[in-house]
Amino acid sequence: MEIVVLVKQVPDTESLIQIAGDGVSIKTEDLKWVMNPYDEFAVEEALRIRETQGGTVTILSMGPAKTVETIRTALAMGADKGIHINDPAAEGSDPLATAKILAAALKDIPFDLIIAGMRAVDGDNYQVAPAVAEFLGIPQITQVIKKEISGDTIQCHQVVEGGTAVIEAKLPVLFTAQRGLNEPRYASLPGIMKAKKKPLDVKTLVDLGVDVGTAGAANRKVKIQALNPPPARKAITMIQGDDPAAQAAELVKKLHEEAKIL
Amino acid sequence: MAQGIFVITEQREGTFRKVSFEALSEGRRLADAKNVPLVAVLCGSGVEALAGDLEKYGPDRILVADDPALAEYTTDAFTNVIAEAVKAQDPELILIGASITGKDLSARLAARLDAGLAMDCVGVRLDGGDFVFTRPMYGGKVVANVTIDGTPKIAALRPNVMTITEAPRSAAVEKLAVQAGDVKTKVAERKLEATDKVELTEADIVVSGGRGTTGDFSVLEDLANALGGAVGASRTAVDEGWRPHSDQVGQTGKVVSPNLYVACGISGAIQHLAGMSTSKVIVAINKDPEAPIFSKADYGIVGDLFKVVPAVTEEVKKLK
Repeated sequence: MEIVVLVKQVPDTESLIQIAGDGVSIKTEDLKWVMNPYDEFAVEEALRIRETQGGTVTILSMGPAKTVETIRTALAMGADKGIHINDPAAEGSDPLATAKILAAALKDIPFDLIIAGMRAVDGDNYQVAPAVAEFLGIPQITQVIKKEISGDTIQCHQVVEGGTAVIEAKLPVLFTAQRGLNEPRYASLPGIMKAKKKPLDVKTLVDLGVDVGTAGAANRKVKIQALNPPPARKAITMIQGDDPAAQAAELVKKLHEEAKIL
Repeated sequence: MAQGIFVITEQREGTFRKVSFEALSEGRRLADAKNVPLVAVLCGSGVEALAGDLEKYGPDRILVADDPALAEYTTDAFTNVIAEAVKAQDPELILIGASITGKDLSARLAARLDAGLAMDCVGVRLDGGDFVFTRPMYGGKVVANVTIDGTPKIAALRPNVMTITEAPRSAAVEKLAVQAGDVKTKVAERKLEATDKVELTEADIVVSGGRGTTGDFSVLEDLANALGGAVGASRTAVDEGWRPHSDQVGQTGKVVSPNLYVACGISGAIQHLAGMSTSKVIVAINKDPEAPIFSKADYGIVGDLFKVVPAVTEEVKKLK
């Protein structure tokens, strides 16, 4: 089974995010950069499929130079090779442009299955993976917490409101990983050492035949006009005292009379 | 020139998802402000009669795509049918609820139409003639105001945020000729939990528990029942195996936006806050007066949740 995993490097969710002076971007110095948490599930699932079915796991990621660290992490977990799309002209691309670039790279890679995280925790767009599937003309199954492959058919258990839906499709398919799919392994020290020797190709937009006029911050369809901190909440009202019954009565009274939500 | 506002509604077995009414209400407000038509889109099988349910929210027209191929949601069939309707009618703006289906569909539709998509919007307004969409990023640590170039513009709206307003008028109902096209996925089975359980992302009230529960959610469940709400959990509670993944509220869990969020024994890690910060009222109950949750809550009680929560349940019952 030839599997490609789409991976993105993002700021750690512990990071303090500050708005930069331009008011439309964030400060990136002092940020800790990690593999998008949902992509860890995707890499892990690819490795498990390879363990039972054989084949190759290729990591595909677009980003600046430091993205290499995240690709190497995936290789250290056990992936076989990496492709890094590194081109300043692609920086700041919106989800559609990003997906077009990834799809262009995928046209040259034979695949049975593409796995991605269900969203990236920086942009929170949920968009790139489905757009990649659209541009490749393959089915998408999003928010998957379990899957079974038999022959050329995959069955994915998709989270839906109130339960799961079991969706079936013939390969090739793209599915996106949701929390609960698996517990990702940690890269072992031998894995980290082996990763240094695994092939990692670097591509530019020209290599992929992508028109630079469609990519990058200047060509975004979705334009950020302003970034603001979240709306401030009013100061907390602490319910004083140490008698639970009295505190409870006071709280419910305030929720009823003041907040008017009970 | 592209004109008008489409609202793609979502229904299952004859019941609309609440966010569809929120999207229609928002669409009506924007359509009035821009003096353009509001068009509801209804897809399904044997659903013509449901068009009447939508008139309450004021669409000028209702497009009905009624076909056995649309009995179950599939990305391909719905994208094919809706994309055709969009190309034929050329709306400027498409609104859709950012439910799980809405996220799946809007992402594919945007790619099909080469359209900009603002995902998980908590606000839409007009600035001059331009739509400005407000959406959280970085797990809600910043809020972005974005505009979209070109048409159609697509906005997926976070559930439980926009106000539902009734603005009834009679709508012209049009049946679309349905070409489902090549549908590459099939729904083999639906496994739904007990239907009396309130879905977390749609609940008006959420009672949530963390490490402080030490795994015992019984008093939280009693409070949630008394309030008619849903029970959520922090990542700790899920990682410990006390609650299922589907109950997790947080940056890598579900994002909820209820009227009331009661956090019990939850310290308030940044990632948890990302999942509930747009709640209208937040109550925190924690033994630790230094817990970070108190800096984000509207009301706080320092105390033992096993004593405080049952007392709150008693008070709630007295109120009803």
